[in-house]
Amino acid sequence: MANSASPEDNIVSISNLSFSRGPRKIFDAVSLEIQRGKVTAIMGPSGTGKTTLLKLIGGQLAPDRGQIHVDGQNVHRLKTRELYELRKRMGMLFQSGALLTDMSVYDNVAFPMREHTHLPESMIRTLVLMKLHAVGLRGARHLMPNELSGGMARRVALARAIALDPLMIMYDEPFTGQDPISKGALVHLIKSLNTTLGLTSIIVSHDVQETAAIADYIYVLSGGKIIGQGTPQELQQSDSEWVQQFMHGDADGPVHFHYSAPDYLDDLLASK
Amino acid sequence: MFQFLQNLGKTTRSSFAKLGRASFFLSHTLTGISDVVPRPNLLIKQVYSVGVLSFLIITISGLFVGMVLGLQGFNILSDFGAEESLGVMVAASLVRELGPVVSALLFAGRAGSALTAEIGLMKATEQLSGMEMMAVDPIKRIISPRFLAGFLSMPLLAALFSAIGIMGGHLVGVGMLGVDDGAFWAQMQASIDFQEDIINGVIKSVVFGFVVSWIALFEGYDAIPTSEGVSRATTRTVVNSAFSVLALDFILTALMFGDI
Amino acid sequence: MQHSKTQDTLVGFFVASGIAALFYMALQVSNLGSYTGDDSYTVIAHFQNSGGLKVKSPVSVAGVRIGRVSAIRLDKESHESIVEMRIESQYNNLPSDSGVSIYTAGLLGEQYVSLDPGSSDEYLKDKSTIDITSSAIVLEEMIGKFMLNKAEGK
Repeated sequence: MANSASPEDNIVSISNLSFSRGPRKIFDAVSLEIQRGKVTAIMGPSGTGKTTLLKLIGGQLAPDRGQIHVDGQNVHRLKTRELYELRKRMGMLFQSGALLTDMSVYDNVAFPMREHTHLPESMIRTLVLMKLHAVGLRGARHLMPNELSGGMARRVALARAIALDPLMIMYDEPFTGQDPISKGALVHLIKSLNTTLGLTSIIVSHDVQETAAIADYIYVLSGGKIIGQGTPQELQQSDSEWVQQFMHGDADGPVHFHYSAPDYLDDLLASK
Repeated sequence: MFQFLQNLGKTTRSSFAKLGRASFFLSHTLTGISDVVPRPNLLIKQVYSVGVLSFLIITISGLFVGMVLGLQGFNILSDFGAEESLGVMVAASLVRELGPVVSALLFAGRAGSALTAEIGLMKATEQLSGMEMMAVDPIKRIISPRFLAGFLSMPLLAALFSAIGIMGGHLVGVGMLGVDDGAFWAQMQASIDFQEDIINGVIKSVVFGFVVSWIALFEGYDAIPTSEGVSRATTRTVVNSAFSVLALDFILTALMFGDI
Repeated sequence: MQHSKTQDTLVGFFVASGIAALFYMALQVSNLGSYTGDDSYTVIAHFQNSGGLKVKSPVSVAGVRIGRVSAIRLDKESHESIVEMRIESQYNNLPSDSGVSIYTAGLLGEQYVSLDPGSSDEYLKDKSTIDITSSAIVLEEMIGKFMLNKAEGK
């Protein structure tokens, strides 16, 4: 069990987190731990605030209540400069890739190095080519972001996310909208980067198959609460109906196919 | 009635909130300028997209505005037998008013809307967010160089507009309508004062450059990150810039030339 | 980010032409090009009425500008207008019995001081006073007189 691990083994620990957007409660007293060196997935249907969770961990949003510790530091107690120092140790892969559109692939990967280090250009070149080679796009270095396919853009963004050799990478819906080959490539990359670079990976996703294939531990979120957790195998055999429906993608179950509505027959027969 | 008051209150509250965000944004942008100075490459790139790309529209518009002033001024002044004052009329209206104001309006339409759209799209495509997560302050890295470039380019553009406009007025007045060349320049030089007219015109354009760049960048940064939100923000940039420039022009003119 | 040389060149061209435009306006359009600075001396004239004359209005001899009006104030005893003019020091041979008049350039143009050189061997010096003056023609007075004459002559 991840929860029983000692605190030093947890790179991220979230306790009692509450966050609401307007009247809508997105998180209601959520607590979870993310173990160092493992691939942890946070799953749940669209609109459960999975991306919001990543933004909270990255310090881009502040919670209403509760605490988030990353690498032993309370994210929302840090001064701006300390937060920026911490972020240098976090990589984040956005859903859209978030590549800077006015720069080539090469310059995009070099960007964090040029901003944060004083390395000579020859050294940066070596590092950029290494990072691009790791994602298999060394040959695409002269392309501009608008010339890349969605899958390629995500891989470039991944190369950029590992540019400063971070401790952990957060993946925001890495598989959404990808063709099967790109999906396969990404699954392979996430797993291999995690083992070869000794990273910690946090994947936010609703693609059950791909995520279950690489995750060491999965949290399932719904309605602002954690409704299931465990290794992929444990979740497959979960006795929660909801988790079962989610893991197998059934159309009807605890989550109804129909949006709540008055009785069908009454509705049809009702006069305007 | 109650509904009306409620709406009014709501609008007031949201305008104040926006003003507050805009002020915070401005102070953040200004502190970021110190980070731009050691990196002139960032600035040069932005002076290119803000200044150089507005060069053509500003010079061509300046030429035509000057030519029209020459034509219309001649028609009116010749009724009073004062064609020799054409130079004064053309130069005074350009240097004091039309140069700073029209170039600021053109600048808002050409460079301001482009800035808003660029920043808005960067926000919509998570580029700004992505930068934050790479521990790079997007305001300092993206906004400040653009602000500085707009602020520096505006007086140059206004000066170009006025200078070319005066040449256009000369072309029409002296070249085509037969006003005496010497009288054109001599009367102009006798009436246009360096401090009162030229310097005040430059001050106006500096203020306009500041305000238009601020509005354009803030609207982009504050845009709702969807394609509709960005297009609305672009419209707001042009409308708000035009309002601000014209209103500020009145205030500045009253302070500089009037006795109010 | 690679910075292209064309971009640098164009930015350089833009900045240079903007600054050139500012210089053009300062020197060609405004009075800065003919700024007198300290190389000038002051002469004083008393007028009954200086009309629409203003500080910085030109002072000319035979149509050539030799200086500017530097101050206009009222003499509290004689109720005359005292006009101070700064004359460029290169024009240091103006006879001391010269006269000054206030004229209007064109019908609606600016008013200026015209200096009519006399024949004396002595020249105007700093702080000298010109005695022979003729006041500004005030358009309303002229029209009034003209109307009166018409009415009387009928």
